[in-house]
Amino acid sequence: MPTPKTLFDHVWDAHVVQPETPETPAVLYIDLHLIHEVTSPQAFTELRERGLTVRRPDRTLATMDHSTPTTPRNELGIIPVTDPQAIVQLNQLRTNCAEFGIPLFELGDANQGIVHVIGPEQGLTQPGMTIVCGDSHTSTHGAFGALAFGIGTSEVGHVLATQCLLQYRPKTCAVRVDGALQRGVTAKDIILALIAKYGVGGGNGHVFEYMGSAIRSLSMEERMTICNMSIEGGARAGMIAPDDTTFEYVAGRPFAPQGAEFEAAVARWRTLPSAEGALFDKEMTLDASELVPMITYGTNPGMGMPIDGLIPTLDEMPDASSRMALDKAMIYMGLQPGKPLLGHPINMVFIGSCTNSRLSDLRQAAALIKGHKVAEGVRVMVVPGSQQVKKAAEAEGLHEIFKAAGAEWREAGCSACLAMNDDKVPAGKYAVSTSNRNFEGRQGPGSRTMLASPLTAVAAAVTGVVTDPRTML
Amino acid sequence: MEPITTFSGKAVAVPGENIDTDQIIPAKWLKVTDKAGIAKGLFEAWRLLPDGTPNPDFPLNRPEAAGASVLVAGKNFGCGSSREHAPWAIQGAGFRAVIAPSFADIFRGNSLKIGLLPIAIDEESYHELLSHIEEDPESTVAIDLVNQRVILPGGRTVAFPIDSFAKHCLVHGVDQLGYLQQQEDAVAAYEAATSGGVNTRA
Repeated sequence: MPTPKTLFDHVWDAHVVQPETPETPAVLYIDLHLIHEVTSPQAFTELRERGLTVRRPDRTLATMDHSTPTTPRNELGIIPVTDPQAIVQLNQLRTNCAEFGIPLFELGDANQGIVHVIGPEQGLTQPGMTIVCGDSHTSTHGAFGALAFGIGTSEVGHVLATQCLLQYRPKTCAVRVDGALQRGVTAKDIILALIAKYGVGGGNGHVFEYMGSAIRSLSMEERMTICNMSIEGGARAGMIAPDDTTFEYVAGRPFAPQGAEFEAAVARWRTLPSAEGALFDKEMTLDASELVPMITYGTNPGMGMPIDGLIPTLDEMPDASSRMALDKAMIYMGLQPGKPLLGHPINMVFIGSCTNSRLSDLRQAAALIKGHKVAEGVRVMVVPGSQQVKKAAEAEGLHEIFKAAGAEWREAGCSACLAMNDDKVPAGKYAVSTSNRNFEGRQGPGSRTMLASPLTAVAAAVTGVVTDPRTML
Repeated sequence: MEPITTFSGKAVAVPGENIDTDQIIPAKWLKVTDKAGIAKGLFEAWRLLPDGTPNPDFPLNRPEAAGASVLVAGKNFGCGSSREHAPWAIQGAGFRAVIAPSFADIFRGNSLKIGLLPIAIDEESYHELLSHIEEDPESTVAIDLVNQRVILPGGRTVAFPIDSFAKHCLVHGVDQLGYLQQQEDAVAAYEAATSGGVNTRA
């Protein structure tokens, strides 16, 4: 009897151009290559130097998101770019796309946005595909049952030139999340709790497959939030078996198969889930019913805790190096081990990023902030993940709710997630952020980030201190 | 790419686990379209004080670190963002290898592509190496890629793993893209056999 295959096995095996040998990695075919302005310029330079062309521009799509401003449009309807380096980088992407025939979603265009928001939104991200991008949060697309992972610029060049990558088969890890979430607890809290439990290196060398009743009951956008942060758990990719929720989301989107082709695709996609008895190299578990809203206190995403908990003490750390890491993080964050975070004053709130900038995130945040005012002295930025998300949110009047509360409603982009544009957290200031990384300086030199869900972000926005969102429900 | 077989060099340690690529090269250094000058941003937030002057306590700023070509750091080095700018910056600053108990997957792959050796050694050997560097900041390590071993300053030999293909490419100075290009027939056959798929230009 053949060995039962996992979801990962199904996708991997279908894309092997040349099998792995003792001397060589597998040659893996890539169905979709997403590119942006930051990690692609040097790859195009490499192509030119070698006299190569882009093998499949029709499997490649570019957008502008990282170094772009999110400031409101000027009177001409244009989003003004003032940073000279960003201007050069964006112009370079334009030139590269024009020269090699790659479609580009220009800054401010109707379809432009964060690369990991637009792929699914356009129906480009589909079950069973291999998807890569020079960006570690490419893991997001795994929510559809695709094998999707971040690559470096050398590999961007490889895919541009050959539509393939050299890869060794990674190990697999079953991440089982069962139980029903309590009110006020979200997909973001699931992934923050998982990383707090297993650490930022726990998934190294593995591809996660999230499974269990809690995962099944999530919407596609919630599943994307979870897969997005697989990389924060050390896994290059995270996958979720496609089901009716997936197919309903994909149906009718611009680049999705239509009509009879869609029905045929769904029939194929139904064969992708892991077979009964399929074996994984490793397993992780989490009980969703026990979770409360999570927040991070330190300088990596694994330094997270229940919002009503206490920051760990040095004595609770398992070894000398983690004591050193906690001590360093506490100094950077200006926090005390053993103390609560509830009630700690904050200066900024960022609602956005490829983790939490989709319509359902904005709806959730708007519903909670409605009728409240942003606390005095707190700056709140709400940044939709794409122009499409922005348009849909505005059609529902969400922007008016945010603005009435005193929050900023901005143009689409990566924004304050990574300090590559004008949206930054000032040195020494505290931000409750719905993004994915709380590294030192991530949101700007000296910035102090606390990662949390959109609900927890809103609770902090209106009280001016770290607040349990369940007290507002 | 220059072939790499054996070399020895002075080692400098930046201890700490989970050193992420935002620390190795802050995002503001990613707003470039080439690789020139990126080394100036290496560990910028740790290397410089808030007023922009060098932090004398940061290991890379100490006079004895001058000319070091082996960087030593804690486990899960290079986690976070996939930016290849991180290994570019390390290599640009004169380093030929990073020794750590473990590496983040994407960082390891990116480093191997450009000829910066990510050498994973066991925790015990890592701590031994740290002690050597602490006692004598002029400590050197010898790296033998062909035989996959590191000779620690005290003379002890430690084996390290590396995938056979990356090793072949590094030892012979050939790049991986060249190998991929030779697969063209197989790629074309794969495409012929698998119709459909998305068309971003549709």
